[in-house]
Amino acid sequence: MRISNPSGESAKIIGKSHRALSSKASLWSVCVWLLCLVIALPIIVIFASIFFPSEDVWQHLIDTVLGIYISNSLLLMTGVSIGVLSVGILPAWLVTFYRFPGRSILEWALLMPLAIPAYIIAYTYTGLLDVAGPLQSLLRESFDIRYGDYWFPEVRSLLGAIVMLSLVFYPYVYLLARAAFLEQSASALEAARSLGCSPFKAFTQVGLPLARPAIVVGLSIALMETLADYGTVQYFGIPTFTTGIYRTFNGLGSSVGATQLAALLMVFVLSLLLLEGYSRRKSAVFEAVYRRPASRERLRGGRLVLCYFVCVAPVVFGFVIPFGQLAAWALLTFENIFNASFFQLSLNSLILAFLTAFFALMLALFVTYAKRLFGGFLNETAIKILSLGYAIPGVVIGLGVLIPFAWLDNEISTFTLKNFNFNMGLILSGSIFILIFAYLVRFLPIAINSVDSGLAKIKPSMDEAGRSMGRTPLTMLRRIHIPILRGSLLTAVLLVFVDVLKELPATLLLRPFNFNTLAVRTYELANEERLAEAAVPALTIVLVSIIPVILLSKSMAKSNYRNDEIIRA
Amino acid sequence: MTKSLELREVCVHLGGNPIVNAVSFGLHQGAIGCLLGASGCGKTTLLRAVAGFEPLTGGEISLRGAVVSDPRGMLAIEKRRVGMVFQDHSLFPHLTVSQNIGFGLEGWAKSASVKRIEEIASLLEIDDYLFEYPHRMSGGQQQRVAIARAMAPRPDVLLLDEPFSSLDVELREQLAREIRTVLKTEGITAVLVSHNQFEAFAMADEVGVLKEGRLLQWDSPFNLYHTPASLEVADFVGEGVLIKGVVRNDHVVETELGQIDTREIEDFRLPGTERISLLLRPDDVFHDDESLVKAKIVDKAFRGAVFLYTLELESGTRILSLAPSHHDHGIGEPMGIRLDIEHLVAFPSN
Repeated sequence: MRISNPSGESAKIIGKSHRALSSKASLWSVCVWLLCLVIALPIIVIFASIFFPSEDVWQHLIDTVLGIYISNSLLLMTGVSIGVLSVGILPAWLVTFYRFPGRSILEWALLMPLAIPAYIIAYTYTGLLDVAGPLQSLLRESFDIRYGDYWFPEVRSLLGAIVMLSLVFYPYVYLLARAAFLEQSASALEAARSLGCSPFKAFTQVGLPLARPAIVVGLSIALMETLADYGTVQYFGIPTFTTGIYRTFNGLGSSVGATQLAALLMVFVLSLLLLEGYSRRKSAVFEAVYRRPASRERLRGGRLVLCYFVCVAPVVFGFVIPFGQLAAWALLTFENIFNASFFQLSLNSLILAFLTAFFALMLALFVTYAKRLFGGFLNETAIKILSLGYAIPGVVIGLGVLIPFAWLDNEISTFTLKNFNFNMGLILSGSIFILIFAYLVRFLPIAINSVDSGLAKIKPSMDEAGRSMGRTPLTMLRRIHIPILRGSLLTAVLLVFVDVLKELPATLLLRPFNFNTLAVRTYELANEERLAEAAVPALTIVLVSIIPVILLSKSMAKSNYRNDEIIRA
Repeated sequence: MTKSLELREVCVHLGGNPIVNAVSFGLHQGAIGCLLGASGCGKTTLLRAVAGFEPLTGGEISLRGAVVSDPRGMLAIEKRRVGMVFQDHSLFPHLTVSQNIGFGLEGWAKSASVKRIEEIASLLEIDDYLFEYPHRMSGGQQQRVAIARAMAPRPDVLLLDEPFSSLDVELREQLAREIRTVLKTEGITAVLVSHNQFEAFAMADEVGVLKEGRLLQWDSPFNLYHTPASLEVADFVGEGVLIKGVVRNDHVVETELGQIDTREIEDFRLPGTERISLLLRPDDVFHDDESLVKAKIVDKAFRGAVFLYTLELESGTRILSLAPSHHDHGIGEPMGIRLDIEHLVAFPSN
């Protein structure tokens, strides 16, 4: 063996391994970016359509529907903003800073409406409050009056849609507001109280301003969901962007018009994304350096009653009533519904959800591990691009996926017909392949987020320890990271699984002919005014959707526990 | 003889900033070295460069005579045969102690691997915990597991990054001495990083003092203490004060504490200037009631067997003295002192 002098045999070894390392890094990067390009394809397709404007389409849109789509979407956003803010913030404040019997139950129960998809709550309340519904029937019987003799609020209206969406989206505001309140230093609030502020004034002057950026993050998520909603506005007959895109594409068969509308909707979505990003950065600034959670004050008398009203009403209207109604209908109709076809569509949903969750997990592991191994600006940017999907409405993704895949199918068929005299048919756009792809675009960010935050908790020295013992990165992933990450991986799979199960608009647009899922069947039955029968598939979706809410409340309990420990120390 | 580990003019930059600057040292098979320095001096970065985590911007690192890192590239860590022990242990939480130790033994025959795990575990006295999970063990035990895990595959060089910093002070030196015995038994070359000189002295054969990325001195602990190469080293290692002296002729130095005949002191070299500074350790200044030289006690610290007195001379210069603790004098009292110097270092004075 030579002593040193960097030439000769050992120098060759170095050169080789060094090149090997950097070429491996670039290979991973290339793969990550390829994935990025594929996943971003629908967004690119939609935005590219802006550069190929067709004047007649625009003129036609402006002349006819554009004004009403914009004004309805704006009204809906304004209404839902007012709704989620007024329903979501106060309970968060109360459960964080006050003590009352049942507080810890309400803390997680306030999340329960998240388990109910917006279109399902809309169907349920329509069934409850419609002319033929139990409430109006009771009213007519008790007072012996006929329809038209009395005033009753119309559920299927813009206001009705605002209420429905607020009832299921307020938990986003609640969740982020609660986290922000918990992070606030108790001393800031105690200082305000010692300077003569009443509890309410301390809330409005100190607590609320400090939590504002976090609340805006919650609000922007709720608004993105509002813009993405298709089932509710479609059922209530409110013309908005999502229903407009679907109608233009499916009813009028104009893909140009539909993409132009989708691009315009994306402008709304992007401004919400910017607002969210800006508020997230700002809320990081407000985070207290020194944290000691406030001791909780006991509530008594009139205030306690008021507090119960504020905290219990959202749970009752957002979960208990619709859940109870669904359960009652399901009991009435399950005999007709529980048959082979129901199991077939459950199986369809299950397969789609499972396959998507599996692929999402694999891809998420791949990109986050690439980031961990090689870091760097490129990989981080790729992850940011891959995370865009969650903000984009399902209708838009459906459209953005369908156009390139239909084109590709066409090309493939032409090619095979010409060369092999064989028609491949719609091999991509006519199969569940396209559905899974669209789901991945929309829900991959969820998987990436949970895997990434799980990986971040494993110290880098753990990797170095393994590598110093002669293990390659892939062995480390298999033997160390995956076993330690089990919890995060399971969470990622469950979250994607449930979101796929609930997804409606993209499924409607992309499903193969005669291929039904639980969500689509719920939609179909509701639109045939067979609401009671829709309850069985709807209830199935809701029951499965409770799983992520339980996961969420568990992680909430953990953060509470930590705080309690701090108090004891 | 080929050295186990050899660094030549090693430079490392992080984020464009020079962190390690032209550091050279070498260790023979079985020797234990320590990089000593305050936090931020570059010692951990240097250790990580030896491990193969940080690329070099200059110089080269060789293991057993073969270059493994130079500015053109580096051998992947998994091919280097180095073991690494981390400050935070970094044990795998989902594996038992036995599985943790065996993690690096893939490719070994089953029986050989079991035997090696038992052997190393008994050397480190953790053989009772082989089937426990790490989180059920104390910090000291976890560190023993981490060291056992790194030593199990018989690495050419073992690297330890502040291995005892998370432990109680009493435990540190004891464990350091124990680990030294184990390393010597196994004949493993090791490099330790520490900011604690007592830990370094307890464990290492050779210690390097790092400051701002430069290696100030690489020497035995004894020589570092008694013959520091520079004022900076003297300042960092051990306690002591500098007193002024004037060179009268080739062997007599005049100080406030009297004349010193440098011929009586081994290896003493004058720096060549007329005015010099002398490094006086507390164990050079003896308590002697008969002495004509008196100094006022301004502070004292009880250290069990001895007192460490801070004394003030007439000129205001302060010196330190160790005295057996049965000589108990009060603050403010005068105390007779006498110099009894075996090792002395002189630096040019300005």
